[in-house]
Amino acid sequence: METGSPRNTGTTGDTTTEPVWRGLPRRLLRMRRLLLVVWLGAIALALGLLLGVLASPVWAAIALLPLALMAWGWVLLGRNWRSWRYAERADDLLLSRGVLWREETVVPYGRMQLVEVTSGPVERHFGLASVQLHTAAAATDATIPGLDPAEAERLRDRLTELGEARSAGL
Amino acid sequence: MTTPGVDDAVLGKEPVTERRLHPVTPLRRAWAPVAVLIGWAVHDPDQAQRQLARLTATTLLIALAVLVPVAALYGFLSWWYTHFAVTDTELRIRTGLLFRRTAHIRLERLQAVDVTQPLLARVAGVAKLKLDVIGTDKKDELAFLGEREARALRAELLARAAGFAPETAHEVGEAPARVLLRTPPLHLALSLVLTGATWGTLAAALVVPPVLWFATHSVWTVLATGVPLLGAAGASSVGRFVGEYDWMVGESPDGLRIDHGLLDRTHETVPPGRVQTVRIVEPLSWRRLGWVRVELDVAGSSNSVLVPVAPREIAEAVVARVLPGVTVPSAADLARPPRRAGWCVPLWWRGYGLAVTDAVFAARHGLLRRRLSLVPHAKVQSVRLAQGPWERLWRVAAVHVDTGANKTVTARLRDAQEAAELLRAQAERSRTGRRDALPDRWMA
Repeated sequence: METGSPRNTGTTGDTTTEPVWRGLPRRLLRMRRLLLVVWLGAIALALGLLLGVLASPVWAAIALLPLALMAWGWVLLGRNWRSWRYAERADDLLLSRGVLWREETVVPYGRMQLVEVTSGPVERHFGLASVQLHTAAAATDATIPGLDPAEAERLRDRLTELGEARSAGL
Repeated sequence: MTTPGVDDAVLGKEPVTERRLHPVTPLRRAWAPVAVLIGWAVHDPDQAQRQLARLTATTLLIALAVLVPVAALYGFLSWWYTHFAVTDTELRIRTGLLFRRTAHIRLERLQAVDVTQPLLARVAGVAKLKLDVIGTDKKDELAFLGEREARALRAELLARAAGFAPETAHEVGEAPARVLLRTPPLHLALSLVLTGATWGTLAAALVVPPVLWFATHSVWTVLATGVPLLGAAGASSVGRFVGEYDWMVGESPDGLRIDHGLLDRTHETVPPGRVQTVRIVEPLSWRRLGWVRVELDVAGSSNSVLVPVAPREIAEAVVARVLPGVTVPSAADLARPPRRAGWCVPLWWRGYGLAVTDAVFAARHGLLRRRLSLVPHAKVQSVRLAQGPWERLWRVAAVHVDTGANKTVTARLRDAQEAAELLRAQAERSRTGRRDALPDRWMA
């Protein structure tokens, strides 16, 4: 089985040029921040009420802790969201993510076994979908979270198409 | 791939002759209830003894009279309802009395074929045959077949997988094998004596029970820890010797042949181009003798040893046959991490090394027990670069290379700039590496 399709064998040079990076939609950040605020806000409220009623209002100040965590998480989520980006090159998909723990993944299209598009209820409400690539190696962790559903579908179709053209066995 | 529950009628075009397993198979299945009873007795001897004392001779006889026919019937029925057939593209195994299960194993996806003979099966003249395809498990083996039938079936399956025409595949027969390496028993015994794990487990088995006896004076505690420890010591020395006895690596047009075992014999055939990674392991105590152990990874296969022990030159010659066109990079060819990597991994940073040739990605790790992993570029599934905060401070990064056998080979502590270039270059190499790889059907 041949990896590269015939029309591609001559023009491998274009893979060396700088790839076009794409970020994730802002809606994903909004969704994550909303979830953070809802969960930590609920915890802070419950803690504050419980301690305020059972102990003294002084103890209720502990409820400020989740609020501080929320502020920190707010910043962290923003930085993490900015770090996520992906690029489709002629023959492989690039994925880069992480602020402190940086990780960059390259998956050649020919090695793709399965492309999965998932979307949970909250994600659907925000108009988001995730694309996950599987290769024969389970360690390949190539997931693009929170894409526009139309973009996710376009990516899935393109990846499947390219994967078929360049497919190879194990 | 196995797709249980697919109706044959959908796929059946021409009638295929279905066969049954060897008639001794029911005996093996009939053992199951007896084995369960023995297992219970061993697990809980106190309880078992009390129960046995309560039983009278008559109840025992009645129990046996019920149990044995039931076991025999179970064995017979499970044998009667198991069929297998070889078609042009797949091996089909139909099984199950109440819950029907049909496994379709695609021959073109074949990664390896194992013929194994446990001791009792050798006495009875039968063998197990298993096709290694990703996703197959213990249920998908053919146990048992007649010894000669197993060999003939293996030859036929390999011929069909290799791409011979279906009409001729039956007559191609066993491909001739040429012996590449044979491990002398003395050599193997000496290598085990020189292995730290053998002495470690033995020392633990001899020291821990007496210490426990002085501490607790309880026979049961001593037995409960001493028996497993002794078992582990036995498995790591005698068990390994028995398993790796008379290790033979051969080469044939059907691929690599690995035969081994003193009591249980195993014959494995790995067709060309199925090896995902090769690891050359060099423990400290073997280094003076220049011996190495070679391990390999094949997707879906459980065996991971290629050569249990051999002098370095011979082992490298075997590796060169297994991965055609590959020369094992020497220690001098391996690029060490920069000196500042010592801040990330003190002392052990010297053990890391990396060499990339036209054919393989080779990464070494370990200081005392050195392990050099080789991945052919064509087998790389994805490439990853990872860098933590502390590593970024010292401008180093790790490059992970994932293979289809679910093994990841890592080149750690590379210079950050070098790692970024390596990531791009490796992705390019693994993509183009496929061009001159052998086709899946190696004879077509």
